Amino acid sequence: MRSLTTKHRTLLTVAGLLTTVAALPTAASAWEPTRPVTFIVPAGTGGGADQMARFIQGVIAKNQLMAQPVVVVNKAGGAGAEGFLEVKGAKGQPHTIAITLSNLFTTPLGTGVPFNWKDLTPVQMLALDQFVLWVNATTPYKTAKDYVEAVKAGDDKTFKMGGTGSKQEDQIITVALEKQIAPKKFTYVPYQGGGAVATQLVGGHVNSTVNNPIEAATHWKSGALRPLCIFDKARSTYTDKITADMSWADIPTCQEAGVDVQYQMLRGIFMGPDAKPEEVAFYQDLFAKVMATDDWKKFMQDGAFNQTSLKGDEFKAWLTETEGKHKALMEEAGFLAAPQQ
Amino acid sequence: MEDIASLMHGFSVALTPYNLMLMGIGIVLGVIIGVLPGLGGANGVAILLPLTFTMPPTSAIIMLSCIYWGALFGGAITSILFNIPGEPWSVATTFDGHPMAREGRSEEALTAAFTSSFIGALVAVIMITFLAPLVAKFALQFGPVEFFAVFFLTFASFIGMSRGTPFKVVAAMCLGFALGAVGLDKMTGTLRMTFGHPELLSGFDFLIAVIGLFGIGEILCSIEDGLSFKGNTGKLHFRKVLDTWKKLPSYWATSIRSCLVGCWMGITPGGATPASFMAYGLAKRFSRNRNNFGKGEIEGVIAPETAAHAAGTSALLPMLTLGIPGSPTAAVLLGGLMIWGLQPGPMLFIEQHDFVWGLIASMYLGNVVGLLIVLTCVPLFAAILRVPFPIIAPIILVVCAIGAYTVHNSMFDVWMMLGFGVVGYVFNKLKYPLAPLVLAIVLGDKAEEAFRQALLGSQGSLSIFYSNWLVSSIMTLGLILLFWPMFGWLRERLIGPTDPVSQAGKSA
Repeated sequence: MRSLTTKHRTLLTVAGLLTTVAALPTAASAWEPTRPVTFIVPAGTGGGADQMARFIQGVIAKNQLMAQPVVVVNKAGGAGAEGFLEVKGAKGQPHTIAITLSNLFTTPLGTGVPFNWKDLTPVQMLALDQFVLWVNATTPYKTAKDYVEAVKAGDDKTFKMGGTGSKQEDQIITVALEKQIAPKKFTYVPYQGGGAVATQLVGGHVNSTVNNPIEAATHWKSGALRPLCIFDKARSTYTDKITADMSWADIPTCQEAGVDVQYQMLRGIFMGPDAKPEEVAFYQDLFAKVMATDDWKKFMQDGAFNQTSLKGDEFKAWLTETEGKHKALMEEAGFLAAPQQ
Repeated sequence: MEDIASLMHGFSVALTPYNLMLMGIGIVLGVIIGVLPGLGGANGVAILLPLTFTMPPTSAIIMLSCIYWGALFGGAITSILFNIPGEPWSVATTFDGHPMAREGRSEEALTAAFTSSFIGALVAVIMITFLAPLVAKFALQFGPVEFFAVFFLTFASFIGMSRGTPFKVVAAMCLGFALGAVGLDKMTGTLRMTFGHPELLSGFDFLIAVIGLFGIGEILCSIEDGLSFKGNTGKLHFRKVLDTWKKLPSYWATSIRSCLVGCWMGITPGGATPASFMAYGLAKRFSRNRNNFGKGEIEGVIAPETAAHAAGTSALLPMLTLGIPGSPTAAVLLGGLMIWGLQPGPMLFIEQHDFVWGLIASMYLGNVVGLLIVLTCVPLFAAILRVPFPIIAPIILVVCAIGAYTVHNSMFDVWMMLGFGVVGYVFNKLKYPLAPLVLAIVLGDKAEEAFRQALLGSQGSLSIFYSNWLVSSIMTLGLILLFWPMFGWLRERLIGPTDPVSQAGKSA
């Protein structure tokens, strides 16, 4: 993570320079929005992507990072397909940007709606959202291994995994987890939002969840839920105590815990097809400024995000690799839909 | 008594001139948002959210929640005057509110609606103040099984309590279920009934359906009736507000019943929409004037408004203590909380003492301020109906079209709205009820989801709906209500008609 932080800093320095340059009258040729920017959220109000988009909107307004306002629009229909089709249609329209989550990959694969991330212009990865395996604190499972063994020993499908949506990130992690408990399966129960999923676990209506940190943090703090492992390569870097004796960094990775599953979710910015380089550069610079604010750092810490922020070719390489991973997992689980039209 | 001390502290936080000014601004903005169909509370709050980033969190949430109260008040205005409910929970208000307006009793209907919303909200806030920790735990008992039971109870009470033939209600409801099923099947993540049309991806939006069915349908019927609202005579006077107030205490039973239904539905959290429909159904059953329901009965306005606001307000409790938003508007508010670094959930009451009690105090104050503002404007709102129909009708049409367009920024929705308008007109002519159709569009997919979640958990066994006392009692109540018309029919068959009221009801 250290090298990333350094990279992050370099990025900020570059961003700082760019700002200075932009302020010079000689750089008048640089592109700038001339009317309000539509910020499409391919998910409903109140979810993780929506919160992040509205937070960014707030940071931009508060710090006056852009002359034109940002308008957040939710296009959640068809697991976000509505929003993606809109961005795909915004060809050469630089006043439309979108925030994406894993449904960038899962929605076209699962519903057959004709679009692919390659139809859009990748601008910037903002962060990666983490997933944690949670159980109710009243259950006896102290480690991920305990829990997996219990599921293996129990009757098939008696353990209920709660998650957000169907054939999306939570269910994909569940499918990946099922390899560890084969031939047993979980009963996956889809709910509408992460908050509801966490509450269902607190109320004992499901046995486990793979909630994002921010969705379950408050219940962890209050002692209702217990984290077992985090689905990342390395432990979280946040060492501030959340409960009396634990921080995010104290949660072992699933691999450490003997359950070899990794998954993270993209929080990234995209534009429509055929965006010009100077337009992309404007937004990259804008988001560099957003990510340099203290508000953003606090937001990252509260949600225990992995602060990897790629752009350019690195981002594209990451997208290609991750798409392949999703396709393989979904194909194996039988989640692929026939392409439409 | 620690709670009272906390509340007093909350009042001292909320009662600064700055915060009071924000309350006033919030309410006025909220009423405007509520009056414009399609804009809706959630969009309104989302648009205005960035305005509040420069304020301290407590002031910001006070202003935002006042916008929310204002929007709730505003929704009743269009429901009563134009038969256009701006939010799902105002649908039941149109049943008697609009007929009252057509009879020239719009001031009475508006006053009753505003006052009942105030009472409902007040009772709910008092409950939040004193029972918050106790009640918050209750929501945790609600899994998919219990949610389905609540939805079932709502549907059943509608079929059982309908005035016309229950078969027409069932037919309308089934059409609603079918429309509600279009779009993404949330349980399997596959698309259904979209036939490859991207426009249908997000299904049939409640707001567009309602603007068309009620708003446009109403205009079509009015044109046929000879281009006139009957409500455009009589003097407009603030005295009418006071006169209505004198009448209201005699409906105390309806108010109390609706408050109970509303608070219960808000906490559980079934939501404001089922609460308003259920309260209306119950009022119709138990009222002395039950035959006048649907024709302009004031109790038919009091019941749904009280319940909806009691539910809407008590729904903030699960949001604050558990982090589950009870409505889209609450979801946006939730996002706001997180921007100020306040994490909703069980720790909020402990860690953010000032903020929580400031918010609760602002619920008291916001509602009082809101009531004063909207009541003084009653004659003004009622005056809108004095504008001749040939002038007002095109304006309503334009506002409806803008409203439908705003929902998804799509022209397709405007055509859909007009289509729904024709359906609304046909339903009206054939004497099919619209309310069950709307109810099914709003709650149908939620009920389906809860049903399928429950069956996933039980491996397909229906016995899960009788697995604990809570769900068993709700389901039993639902079944009794569902078969209520049959009991009446059986009784008539066996012992002959004895009840003159039900006789009169049949001939009506």
